[in-house]
Amino acid sequence: MPKLLLNLTVNGELHELLIDPRRSLLDVLRNDLDLRGAHRGCDSGDCGACTVLLDEKPVTACLVLAADCEGAEVLTVEGVSSNGQMHPVQHALVEKGGIQCGFCTPGMVMASIALLKDNPHPTEEEVRRGLAGNLCRCTGYKKIVDAVLSVTELEGAP
Amino acid sequence: METVIGQRLPKLDAPDKATGRAQYGHDVRLPGMLHGRILYSRYPRARIVKVDISRALALPGVKAIVTAADNPHTKFGYGKDNTPLKGEVARSLRDEIAAVAAIDEDLAAEALELIEVEYEPLSPVFDAEAALKVGAPLIHSERQSNLFQRYNYSHGDLETGERASEVTVEADYELPYVSHAAMETSVVVAAFDHRGHLTLYSTTQIPFLLQRDLAEALGLEGSDIRIIQTAIGGSFGRGLDIYPFEPIAALLARQAGKPVRVSFSRHEEFLAAPVRQPAKIHARAGAKRDGLLTFRDAYALLDIGAYVSWGSVTPLVMMETTASLYRVPHVRFVADCVYTNNPITGAVRGYGNPQSTFYTETLMDRLAVALDLDPVEFRLRNANRPNEETPQGLKITSCGLKECLEAVAARADSARMKDEGGRMKADGRLHPSPFSPHPSKKRGIGFASTLNVGGGARIYRSDGCGATVKVDDFGHVSLITGSTEIGQGSETVLAQIVADVLGVKVADINVLNSDTDVKPWDVGVHASRTTFIAGNAAHLAALDARRQLFETAAEMLKVSPEKLRARDGLIVVEETNDAGGQGSGRAGERTHQLPITNYRSIELAKVARARHFREGGQVILGEGWYDPPTKLVDKDTYKGNISATYGFGSQMAEVEVDTETGQVRVLRLVCANDVGRAINPMAVEGQIEGGAQMGLGYALTEEVIVKEGRVLNPDFLDYRLFTSADMPEIETIIIETDDPQGPFGAKGVGEMGGTPTAAAIANAIYDAVGLRLTQLPMTPERVLKALTDLAIE
Repeated sequence: MPKLLLNLTVNGELHELLIDPRRSLLDVLRNDLDLRGAHRGCDSGDCGACTVLLDEKPVTACLVLAADCEGAEVLTVEGVSSNGQMHPVQHALVEKGGIQCGFCTPGMVMASIALLKDNPHPTEEEVRRGLAGNLCRCTGYKKIVDAVLSVTELEGAP
Repeated sequence: METVIGQRLPKLDAPDKATGRAQYGHDVRLPGMLHGRILYSRYPRARIVKVDISRALALPGVKAIVTAADNPHTKFGYGKDNTPLKGEVARSLRDEIAAVAAIDEDLAAEALELIEVEYEPLSPVFDAEAALKVGAPLIHSERQSNLFQRYNYSHGDLETGERASEVTVEADYELPYVSHAAMETSVVVAAFDHRGHLTLYSTTQIPFLLQRDLAEALGLEGSDIRIIQTAIGGSFGRGLDIYPFEPIAALLARQAGKPVRVSFSRHEEFLAAPVRQPAKIHARAGAKRDGLLTFRDAYALLDIGAYVSWGSVTPLVMMETTASLYRVPHVRFVADCVYTNNPITGAVRGYGNPQSTFYTETLMDRLAVALDLDPVEFRLRNANRPNEETPQGLKITSCGLKECLEAVAARADSARMKDEGGRMKADGRLHPSPFSPHPSKKRGIGFASTLNVGGGARIYRSDGCGATVKVDDFGHVSLITGSTEIGQGSETVLAQIVADVLGVKVADINVLNSDTDVKPWDVGVHASRTTFIAGNAAHLAALDARRQLFETAAEMLKVSPEKLRARDGLIVVEETNDAGGQGSGRAGERTHQLPITNYRSIELAKVARARHFREGGQVILGEGWYDPPTKLVDKDTYKGNISATYGFGSQMAEVEVDTETGQVRVLRLVCANDVGRAINPMAVEGQIEGGAQMGLGYALTEEVIVKEGRVLNPDFLDYRLFTSADMPEIETIIIETDDPQGPFGAKGVGEMGGTPTAAAIANAIYDAVGLRLTQLPMTPERVLKALTDLAIE
């Protein structure tokens, strides 16, 4: 299979990659770029564990063909901390007990960041609906929802 | 210093998980690592005539192919009925016929398609009842019958109980296959070193038993195997046994001379990972007019699938609920575990308890109605009490069942008020209460309770756990524990226990718990046992380390060790006459506030250094081993005290049933749990809320649909987990009863959150619309059909 040249900006850094054109964005992130924060939970877009932001929109990276991402900007869980400080969403998930096994967490972080960007002061119902594409088997979601709501109470976040 | 016991501390591993740093099994990459894939049987039952791997082997990039010819001559698994690969007969569609290791996953998949297998299909059996009939195909021909095991338990005298009964109720139940649906699928990486020693990167819950089981499955010695547990993306009982993919990865790695990873797709996870046994149950119960139970009688037929796993031991737990949840004088429980050509079943969170609690607690509700008693009052009259031994031999010590029931009932009052538009019904009763803003939607509330082991569960000859506490030259504390972090928060809770004893910050403790070459033995993380068992072990190890610190500090400060206390990272001389403080160190003792004036002190680090920088020196290394004072159940009568203590819980569900669509919406779930003492209330709530999500799924949406041995819904689109948008309001109430043997009074809580949920919801549906549903999940189709049938009646 002939390789394909892909220019992809990930977490602010431009990469010039030779990829197998059959690969998903998730494959490229995990295997070509060694960014394993996005998790493969189902490979069919049902679980949300691989949620990343593609040109600022949340996508399940397992359903995005990497070849379609030429020139795109991707933000993953590894790229949301700044100056060594966790993003307020990450911090809130840690502090409020929204993380147990943690496998869904990177996807939850990215989906929450996208949600708050669109709607900085969501109601509980809006958070619940906004995260409905991200499955969690450990927490019952309550502490995740509480964490996201607590971020909306922060000054100027996110 | 304020004690860290009882504080809502975040998990120690949470920052790494939040930032994508945690390394899960799927993230492991070793130099030269190959990708393994497994070829499963095409037929649910067939003779394997020939397996031809020549074409696959010729594919460039394929580095190893294993078939049954590579199996060692021993069988493995709980029933010693399994082999890594199957050579003569395939017994289910998940039977492993061959496996390939190649340089990438696509190549491995391509190679699988080149393997030619000739089968001779045999007539299968998919129904447990049919499998028990004379002349049924034998799943394992060396056995005389498909009945793997019958459990036969009784206490009292059933006939006496029946005669004493003034009301009797009974029902037939049908319970589904359920998947753990852990977010991370099964994965393993196997690597051999030059000595032929195997290192396995694994998500197992039982590293030390797996070491032994794997040795058996591979014809190695246990000492040849090292198991390193990665971060584990959920498990819920899945990791409680050895499964063929683990020895297969090792066989591939040995043949290829390179590390091999086998990781399941989600589809494969639904097909080949174990599921909860489906069960058909006939159950009866009786009571007298005074509201006291007279008897319980249940027969359960469990389809365990083609091979036996620890899941076949779940009747032990089912009988515990049947015999000992509430006081019942006369009980009979019989269960048959039957081989079929269906998917293999295993342990799933609750381990038989969700099944038995469903029939036990829905029968309780029927009895309350038959007796015209308030369902909570009826349960209270029969509730277990502290310090009693059940006829089964369970020694109940701390017991907050009454408090749990009262707590959820208090919340139920507001639901009653709402139903009655602000007015209580004259008789204060709950059923039926057809009241909702929408005429087609009826609301109701229901209750259920649970009894669960809370102080270990002796199903193996040891129920122990070891721990070591090391204090280094910098005053840094390492807890090395046999137990495993599977997301439940054990690391943090154990660190809290050690921090309290040594007077250091939780954040200054490093927990090592992932390497069998480093950590001491533990039977495994299961049965809600870790806080209690590993907690007691960590407590003992910390006390031992503190004794050593005090011994050396006493010499340095020229005082007797009894005068010393550990706090704020210091060893402190207590100069006042205040008698409080950390005395004998009994598990359960609380740290008292110490006065902060008038003391001399020395840093922990200085003491640790002084202890070894001298002739005849020693390091600070505390040891602890805890094996609870319990017994294996008697092998004939199944009686005995399996756990050092028992946890209790009650739930109240408020539902709305749409009588036009059959849709059941849970509006509110109130969960009260007796946890002894909450070492970390936030972690306790997390266990209960997460358990509730599973219980809600068991009640309403989750079913692995199996037809003729084939899973029809192997993805999250068709196997529906509750999402954040589906979840009802959950209120968690923690009841503390200060268990006499638990570390700081704590007992286990890991499984209780989801156990009574299905029964509470079923009882609420009855309250709403008068329907008694006995089949799970209670899907809109089933509810609607039952409503139609009810209308016809």
